[in-house]
Amino acid sequence: MKSRIFSFLAIVSLLLVFTIFYKGLNKSSFYQPKIEVKNIPEFSAITFFKKEEVSSKNIFEKNKFYLLNIWASWCVPCKEEHHLLINLSKNDQLEIIGLNYKDNFKNAQNFLSELGNPYEKILIDKDGTKAIEWGAFGVPETFLVFQNKIIKKFIGPLNIKSVEEIKKIIQ
Amino acid sequence: MRIIKVFITILILFYFSPLKADQDRLQNSITKNLRCLICQGQSVYDSDSEFAISLKLVVKNKIKEGLSEDQIYNYLTEKYGEWILYDPKFNKNTYFLWFLPLLIFLFGGAIIFKKLIKIKK
Repeated sequence: MKSRIFSFLAIVSLLLVFTIFYKGLNKSSFYQPKIEVKNIPEFSAITFFKKEEVSSKNIFEKNKFYLLNIWASWCVPCKEEHHLLINLSKNDQLEIIGLNYKDNFKNAQNFLSELGNPYEKILIDKDGTKAIEWGAFGVPETFLVFQNKIIKKFIGPLNIKSVEEIKKIIQ
Repeated sequence: MRIIKVFITILILFYFSPLKADQDRLQNSITKNLRCLICQGQSVYDSDSEFAISLKLVVKNKIKEGLSEDQIYNYLTEKYGEWILYDPKFNKNTYFLWFLPLLIFLFGGAIIFKKLIKIKK
C-alpha cells in the first residue's frame, strides 16, 4: 500500500515538474508587464529644434490621440518603422511626438531629412531617464496616449498589424 | 591666505565624502536588487546595457531627491511591475512563494521526526 502511494506521488510530482518546464519553455523569455490604463508621467524636456524646455502637461493637453514614439538615429528597427509613422502622421486625429533617445543631434537631423519627419514635436532624452519615466525598455517603443492616459504600448518596431490597431482605436 | 583656502577645500571634501559614500552604497544595494529587464540573468548593477545605465542614473537621481529605498522600489514597480525586483515584496501574490520553503522545511522535519521516533521505539 505504502509503495503504491509513493509511486503515485512520484508520478504526480514528475508530471507536475514536466508541465511546469514544458510551459516555461514555450513562454517568451522577454517579460512584458501587463499594462493597465496608466497616467502619463510628468516630466519636462528640451525640444529638439528650438531647444526650449517644455512640460509634459503642455504637450498632451489637447483632446486628441497622441503617439509618443521613442527613436534614435543609431537604431536600425527605427528606420524600418519610420515609413509607418510617416503614414500615420497624415491622420488628423493623431499627433505624433518623438522622444529622441541617447542620440547625436546631427545624426538625428540627418535621419529626419533622409527619411522624413512625422513628428509634431520632438523631445530630447539625452541620458535615457525620460524613457524610464515612461516605463520603456529601449528603442523603438511607442505609446498611444489619450486624455493623459497610456492606452496602448508597443514594444519594438511598429508593423502593419499594430498600425491597423492604432487606426482602429482612434477612429 | 592660500593655505587657509586649501585647508577649507580639504575640509569640505572630507566633510562630504562620507555622505557621497553612503549614497553610492545605497545606490549599489538598490541596483543589485533590480533585474535588468532586457538582459538574461543579470542585475542592473552588473549590466552595461543602455537600459541598465539609464536605470542606474534614475536611481542615483531619486536618492539625491531624498527618496528612501522602498519609495524607489515602489516607483519602479509601478513602471515595470514586480518582476523588476529580485527580492519580491510580501503580498497576497507572493504568499505562496515565501511560504513554500517553510512548508517544505516543516514537511521534511515532520518526516525525519517520525522516523526518529520509530527508531527509538
